[in-house]
Amino acid sequence: MRKLFTNRMYVLFALLGALLIFFVAWPLLRTVTSSDPTIIWETLLEAEVRSAILLTLYSSALATVVAFFFGVPLAYLLARADFPGKRLIEGIVDVPIVVPHSAAGIALLMVFGRRSLLGRAFGLIGLKFVSAAPGIVIAMLFVSLSFLVDSAREGFEAVNPRLERVARTLGASPWQTFWRVSFPLAWRSILSGMILMWARGLSEFGAVVILAYHPMIAPVLLYERFESYGLDYARPVATLIILICLMTFVALRLIAQEDRA
Amino acid sequence: MKSSGAVQIRDLWVDLREFHLREIDLDIAAGEYFVVLGPTGAGKTGLLETIAGLYQPQRGRVLLDGEEITHLRPERRGIGFVYQAYALFPHLNVAENIAFGLNIQRPSGLGKLIRRKSAQENEVDIAEQVDEVSRMLAIDHLLHRSPKTLSGGEQQRVALARALVIKPRVLLLDEPLSALDPETRESLQRELARVHRQLGTTTLHVTHDFEEAVALGDRIAVVNQGRIVQVGTPEDIFRRPASEFVARFVGVRNIFAGAIAEETDENGTGAKTFIFEASKTVEDQALKMAVVTDLTGAVQASIRPEDIILSREPIHSSARNCFRGHVMEIADRGTLIYVTVNAPPDFTCVITRRSREEMRLREGAAVHLAFKASAVHIF
Repeated sequence: MRKLFTNRMYVLFALLGALLIFFVAWPLLRTVTSSDPTIIWETLLEAEVRSAILLTLYSSALATVVAFFFGVPLAYLLARADFPGKRLIEGIVDVPIVVPHSAAGIALLMVFGRRSLLGRAFGLIGLKFVSAAPGIVIAMLFVSLSFLVDSAREGFEAVNPRLERVARTLGASPWQTFWRVSFPLAWRSILSGMILMWARGLSEFGAVVILAYHPMIAPVLLYERFESYGLDYARPVATLIILICLMTFVALRLIAQEDRA
Repeated sequence: MKSSGAVQIRDLWVDLREFHLREIDLDIAAGEYFVVLGPTGAGKTGLLETIAGLYQPQRGRVLLDGEEITHLRPERRGIGFVYQAYALFPHLNVAENIAFGLNIQRPSGLGKLIRRKSAQENEVDIAEQVDEVSRMLAIDHLLHRSPKTLSGGEQQRVALARALVIKPRVLLLDEPLSALDPETRESLQRELARVHRQLGTTTLHVTHDFEEAVALGDRIAVVNQGRIVQVGTPEDIFRRPASEFVARFVGVRNIFAGAIAEETDENGTGAKTFIFEASKTVEDQALKMAVVTDLTGAVQASIRPEDIILSREPIHSSARNCFRGHVMEIADRGTLIYVTVNAPPDFTCVITRRSREEMRLREGAAVHLAFKASAVHIF
């Protein structure tokens, strides 16, 4: 790797890049530092705030688990198998990234709403989505599953197919080959996809707010406080959310990195 | 001698994007070291992968010890496979790599819980087998290393150990020496020969290197563009190539087009003469040489460079063919020197460094060539 300031081009590029980084870091830092720690502590003690944060963390984790069970097999097929319509499937996996999330919320409401077929079917087993935690989970799942599937697919693509073939000649069935060779070798990519997905799920607002304003997740609570009471009341909640997300994100990144070493 | 199997391949056709195979017929005897020789892209790897069951043929059958295995799943075949680029599992250490096949065969899950003691015994048993095979291949000091930290030669030994430890009926080697530096290649080549002598496992070895094929193979099949073009002992293929492709591929340099003519000498005995096509227009008469063959008409002739005697003086020997010419080119290949002499046509001969010095050979020098009629291979 080259040193940063070896020529003028590098200096210019570094300057331009620094502005962008500043643009991200400064507002975050400003929000975090402008709140009085005692006020943040008091905010954290509010039951409403705590339950909103826990609900956010928990719902996103659940969405990630669901995507893991359905998405990892799909990612493996996309990496290994050839089939008609593969391109289409790959496109559909990425569509949630480009659809406005409020529109995604409306789309989910159409299918999982109270009067829809699926909504009624799930209602029979006591699962309701509108204004309920399961609605939050499917909203988060919808908008963030692309990250997990894409990352897992890249992980599987990086596994040399010859390793799987050798495993077969050594007596391993397709299942054994998957669990002993393909999955462990792609695990890092899958894990980083899960982290990315989970983090993306935490920050979801648009799709969730349409399916389930209540129970409130942290971003919705923040929005409500801002709308009803103004910036001063919203800021401590924002600070808390940013801090929690940052800490968890950094912690998970470190875990993934340790795995790499 | 243990666990060696005879392989028969009958009219095998395989079509895949990367390669295709056409009417492959092979009979490999139990315990034989069989080499498939061919240029890159001839479908050699595909042939091995089809025998291992990793690809399904469009047509044809694969038999192992007389039993049809064409549609048997790869994990049931007991066929060991070693790839050119080693294909070691990067998430496992050397010992775990070698034990992979043994661990698969071990009862797992519920069976393990019920018969706990026998599982432990199994573990000891696996460790012993890993130990034994790694001592045989001199990698027992590497067992706890990660494959990433090993040299190419060491990695290939591990890959070989991993394939051998399951006591395969057939061992398939896909260009096992091609990724190695010359020194390591030579030592591993000797190792392959030794392991084969010791275990007697039927071995099918794929390579593009003729010298490797000659050094190791009991028999060789030459493959080109998905077809087998010749099967025979190394001597057969070296001395009597079946086609121009084989001749060029195995490094025969003097290949000439021409025709066979029958001449009767003063004693009334018939002798065959090869008339060079290229020389028809040259000077007074057609250039020709005495040959021994049953063929007639338009043919090709080849002479191995090492069968030609090169001298500054006219040669008086029993060799029936003598030519006079000029040195066109001297190519220094280290221990051997290739000399191109224009008679015409151009002959390539090989001499040692020492005889070059003794003859004080320079480009443009006048020289004499001689070779026996029997040294000319007509095909």
